[in-house]
This record gives sequence, structure tokens and C-alpha cells, in this order.
Amino acid sequence: MNIYNYTSLIPLLPFAGFLLLALFGKKLPEKISGFLGVLFIGVAALLSLATAYQYFIIDGAINGSYPTLEPIKITWLQFTSSLAIDMGIMLDPISVMMLVVVTFISLMVHIYSLGYMHGETRFATYYSHLQLFTFSMLGLVVSSNLFQIYMFWELVGVSSFLLIGYYYDKPSAVAASKKAFIVTRFADLFFLIGILIMGLTANSFDFNTIIQTLTSTDSIENHGAQFLGFGVLSWALTLIFIGGAGKSAMFPLHIWLPDAMEGPTPVSALIHAATMVVAGVFLVARLFPVFAITDSGALEIVAYVGIFSALFAAVIACTQTDIKRVLAYSTMSQIGFMMFALGVSDFEHGAGYTSSMFHLFTHAFFKSLLFLGAGSVIHAVHSNEMKDMGGLKKYLPITHITFLIACLAIAGIPPFAGFFSKEGILHAAYESNPAIYYVALITSGITAFYMFRLYYSIFWNKQAIHLQNFHGEGTLSMKLPLIILGTLSAVVGFIPFANFITPSGQPGESHLDILFSIAPVLIGITGIIIATVFYKSQNNKADNFAASLNGLYKSAYHKFYIDEVYTFITKKVIFNMIGKPAAWFDKNVVDGLMNAIGNTTTTVSESMKELQSGKVQEYALYFIAGVIGLSLIGIYLWM
Amino acid sequence: MSQITITHILFLSTALFFIGVYGLLTRRNMITMLMAVELILNSVNINFVAFNKYLYPDNLNGLFFTIFIIAIAAAEAAVAIAIIINIYRNHRSIDVEDNEEMKF
Repeated sequence: MNIYNYTSLIPLLPFAGFLLLALFGKKLPEKISGFLGVLFIGVAALLSLATAYQYFIIDGAINGSYPTLEPIKITWLQFTSSLAIDMGIMLDPISVMMLVVVTFISLMVHIYSLGYMHGETRFATYYSHLQLFTFSMLGLVVSSNLFQIYMFWELVGVSSFLLIGYYYDKPSAVAASKKAFIVTRFADLFFLIGILIMGLTANSFDFNTIIQTLTSTDSIENHGAQFLGFGVLSWALTLIFIGGAGKSAMFPLHIWLPDAMEGPTPVSALIHAATMVVAGVFLVARLFPVFAITDSGALEIVAYVGIFSALFAAVIACTQTDIKRVLAYSTMSQIGFMMFALGVSDFEHGAGYTSSMFHLFTHAFFKSLLFLGAGSVIHAVHSNEMKDMGGLKKYLPITHITFLIACLAIAGIPPFAGFFSKEGILHAAYESNPAIYYVALITSGITAFYMFRLYYSIFWNKQAIHLQNFHGEGTLSMKLPLIILGTLSAVVGFIPFANFITPSGQPGESHLDILFSIAPVLIGITGIIIATVFYKSQNNKADNFAASLNGLYKSAYHKFYIDEVYTFITKKVIFNMIGKPAAWFDKNVVDGLMNAIGNTTTTVSESMKELQSGKVQEYALYFIAGVIGLSLIGIYLWM
Repeated sequence: MSQITITHILFLSTALFFIGVYGLLTRRNMITMLMAVELILNSVNINFVAFNKYLYPDNLNGLFFTIFIIAIAAAEAAVAIAIIINIYRNHRSIDVEDNEEMKF
């Protein structure tokens, strides 16, 4: 399989870019460092496209299924003859797809940032962090074993920390970056425990071996150990899912995601579309055969957490006034869709799995487009708040059109990309679990509503205000990614995804059930119509309606007080019950013991130092007295 | 006419030793203290000679040791006097009670 050797360059190129820009970036002029960043990612994106072309089109399915290739595999740490940690590159349909998505979206963000971040003092640092972020995510998707994925998983966490806290002189950005890091680290603790249990159960960290070992029936019976009523495997998979839920901002570990909006807007596009939040979905998809075949119950947890997060985030998104926060909650909602699609899927048919990956793919395009569009808006009005916007369609024609395409795509209106993937997800949910289907249907209606609320609030609603310091829509480098992503958001839905990606690797068939898709489209259109009535022109219908739902509106506006609950638990419960006693124990017992030893030594030596009088004859007296004393004892014993 | 036994000689050396110790502890003048040390050394010399003569009359080891000790005592006196001269230069005094800086 040597023709795939060059795939190792795909993650290594951004890493080289990171080293170069981090070491020498300060000495390079802005144009050169920006150009270098785009160049490295651009080459990586070309290589990814070449890999995808080679993998899906030229090689295609061998013996009726897409093979899992490992072109590079180096044993890094050998524990026992069977248990080792490898570093390698693994190519299968989802990792190849992710390579394309990550490098492409990253390239768009790099190009966009040339204009958006123009004139920043730490321009090269920003680019080096972007490169590190891309490198981490690429390493994550090609990982061949659990430990490798864990390492890159943490690298993703670190680089997101760096980027969210990019404006390090802003206290809110610093707090947000800390919050993101701590929350995801907390989830990663469970992930690590899950990895260890998994490694123990399967006696390997390698994905292929784990899947082979754990999905053969006799091994399931062998691992019948129980803990709190659940099997070992259920625990391992659930713990791994908690790790994934932390990165993917699933309820209740979603609290970092809205605050992560403190980073530069292109970074939000990267985090939300291609890199960080889809890592959790990818992780579940990577271990999907284990989740699905072993019947461990973990998949139900995935499904219910996913659907709950989807609805929960969609409701909050309707009430937020910061446009980036609306988009953040919409990401959480869409990730919820991907999660429950995985949850309702089974291994043989795998429609949910396929459409989950499809939704990941299409979502990457329209969500990055939405964020980059929001970036253009913020660039123009210098504010994140909806009340400062309105009537911008004349000022920002390109942003307006592309933003509209993205909104239609996320609302699931044909023929835009989101329609196809969302239809697949809903179809899979309908066949497996109608309860989830109805909730998802309502959620997609709410999705359409809040996206068009956002759209009208930005581009219509009020009369165009006169913009201060308006320099046009931005440079070509800002418009070009919008146009490319807008075009792709409109057309990628036509890719017959099931021909490429299924859980078993065997090409399936894409089919579109026109009759079935009437309901989702209708509810999407209903959402849009309600948003049109409320927000297209300035009126107080929306305010009146919100007032009639006073309690619900208020609690949704305050994000259902989840942050307050966390603050209560950490500050009041954990700090008071655990933190303060621990601090007391540390100060008084641990430190006290050490201080007691020190103080005793000091006191004793203070009282003894008088002996050191400096009088020679006193020393001689002690000496002789000692000699005489010892002699007397000796004589006495001898006698 | 009674003979001089080893006890007599040991009595002498013990007396000499404690006279030396007494001088070392009570005299404040460093030169006098040095002389007291010499007394102690000489009491040891007497012991060596006496034991050699009464216990091993055929050997000369004790005598040799005595000669060594006398030689070393001479060297030691030279060093000690040099130290005392230096102390005198610093303090204008050779009284041990004026030299108490080396303390806690």
C-alpha cells in the first residue's frame, strides 16, 4: 500500500508550518507569514483531495467493501507481546472524508483570516496556532489506535485553548479559554479511564484489533464482568462517549461552547465546522462497530444525549442576542443531530451512521460559511449584538446571499446540502425510534426559526443604519471563501454519500424518499414563515410573544441556568465541601507537620547554642570531663 | 632500701598529667597554657619509658616513641607560638579571655 505513503505529509505539513511560524513568525512580515500558512494548508488540502480521489474513485471498493488501510505504522511503546502503542496512519472511508473536510475548511479559514486578522500584532502567532489546531485534528482523524487519538485529542484541546484565549488581554477571553480547557479536560479524564478499560478488555489499543476482538461473539461472553449492573464493555464505551461528549459540547458538558465565542470569529468557524466539536462524533463513529454490535446499551445513551442536546440547544438559540452565540447553540444542536443519528443506527443497515457522517460533512460547509459570514458582519458593524444590526443587505451583498444559502441549508430546505443529510437522519430515526423522530422534527422546525430570526435581524428588520468606519465588505480574501463555501453548501448534498460511507465499508445505496421528506420540509418552511412574520420588519410581535411565554423565555435566555448550576456546584458544594477541608488539611496537617519539625529544630538549637561560647578553656573542660567520665564508666565495667 | 617500683613512676606521671590539666584549665595566659600542654606530653613520655623498662626490657619501642613525641612537641610548640604571635598582633593581648569571637 505504498502509494498512500504521502498521506503522512497531510498532518506533518501543518506541523511544519506551526514550527516555522512559531519560531520565526515574529521576524516575518505579515504577508509572508500569512502566505506561508495558506501554502502549507493548501498543499495539505490538495494531498487530501488526491487521497480521497485515489481511495474512493481509483481504488474503489475491493471485494465489495472499502478496505481499511494502514500505510504507516510504527510501534512506539511495546508493553507486552500483544499490547503496544503504535503511531500510525489509518485510512478508511470516514478518515479519508475527514481529511478532506478538515483541510478544506481550514484552508478557507486561513484565506479568510488574511483579510479578517489584517493588522493584528500577533498575526503570525495566530497563524501558527491555526496550523497547530489543524495538525492536531488531522492527526486525530488518521489515528490508528486509541492512545494516539488520545494524544491528538489533548493537542486539539490545547490549541483550542490557545486560540480561544487569543485576545489574552481581554479577561472574558481568558476566562473562556480556561473554561473550555477545564471542561474538556474533565471529560477527557473519563475518556482516559474508558481507554484503559477498553485496552484491558480487548488486550489491544489498536482500532482494528479492538473491533475484531470485541465484535466476535465469544469474546462478549468472556467479558461478562459486571459493575453496578452494567458490563465492563458498557462502562468502557460510556466513559469514552463522555470524553466525546465533552469535546462535542453535548449536554451537560456544553457550557464551554458559547463562551468559546470569545476567540476570533474565523477560529469559531474552524472549531465549529471542522475541528474540535466534530471530534466526539468522529470518535463514536470510529468505534461504531463496537458500539453497535456488542449491544452494550451505550448507543442508547448516545441517542438520548444527542436528541436532548439538539432540542435543548435549539430552544436556547431562539433567545440569544449575540449572533455568534446563536450560531454556537445551533452547532450544539446540529452535533446533537449527528450524535443521535449514530445512536439510532445499527450495524447492518447503517442508514443513521451514513447520514450522521453526511451531516457532519455538509454541516462543515454551511456552518463555516455561517461563521465566516458572521465574521464579515462583525467586521462591518464592530459588534456582536443583534440590536446593532439590521438592514445590512445593501452594505454586504455577497455576505447576504451566502448567509441566506447557509440558512436555507441548515433549515433543511431542498436542494441545499442540509436537506439531504437531515432527511437521512430523520428517516433513520423514524425507522428506529419514532419518539426521537418527533422530537427531531420539532427541533428542525425550531432550527429553521432561529436561523431565519438571525438572518432577518442582521440583514432586514430595521432601516439600514449609517455605518461608522465602513470600508466595504472586506478584501477579496474574505469574499472568496464565502463564495466557495456558499457554492458548495448549495451542491454537496447531491453527493451519493451512502455509496462511500457505511459502517461495514460496503457501498450502500442512497435513496431519497420524497413522500417522507414532505413533513421535515413543511415544518422547516413553517419555522421560516414564523421568523418572517416576527422579524422581517420592525415590529413588537416577537416581544409580545416572548412576554406571553415569560418564564420559559427568561430561562432559555439564561441558558436554562446551567452555568449557574455549575457555579453553584463548584463554588458552593465542591469548594466548601471538598476544597476548603482539603486546603485546611494541607495548611494545618501537612504544612503543620513540616513546620513543627522546623520549629522544634530551631528551638532546640537556640537553647543549645550557648555551649558554643568561644572560650577555649571551657571546651577543654568539657572534653576532659568527658574523658574522665568515660574512663570511670570503663573502669567500673572492667571491674 | 626499697626499690623504685613502676607504681612510683606512674604516680609521678599521673601527678604531672593532672598538674598539666589544671594549668591548662586555669591559666589565662596562652604561653602558660602551652607550657601546661608540654607537661601533659611529658607525663605521657614518662609512662612510655616506664612501661618499656618494666614490662619489655628487651625492646626499645617505648623509647623511640618518646623521642618522636619530643620532636613533635617541639614542632607543635613552634606552631603554637606562631599562632600566639598572630593573635597578639590582632588583639594586642595573649589572654584567652580576650579571644572569644569564635562563638555562636
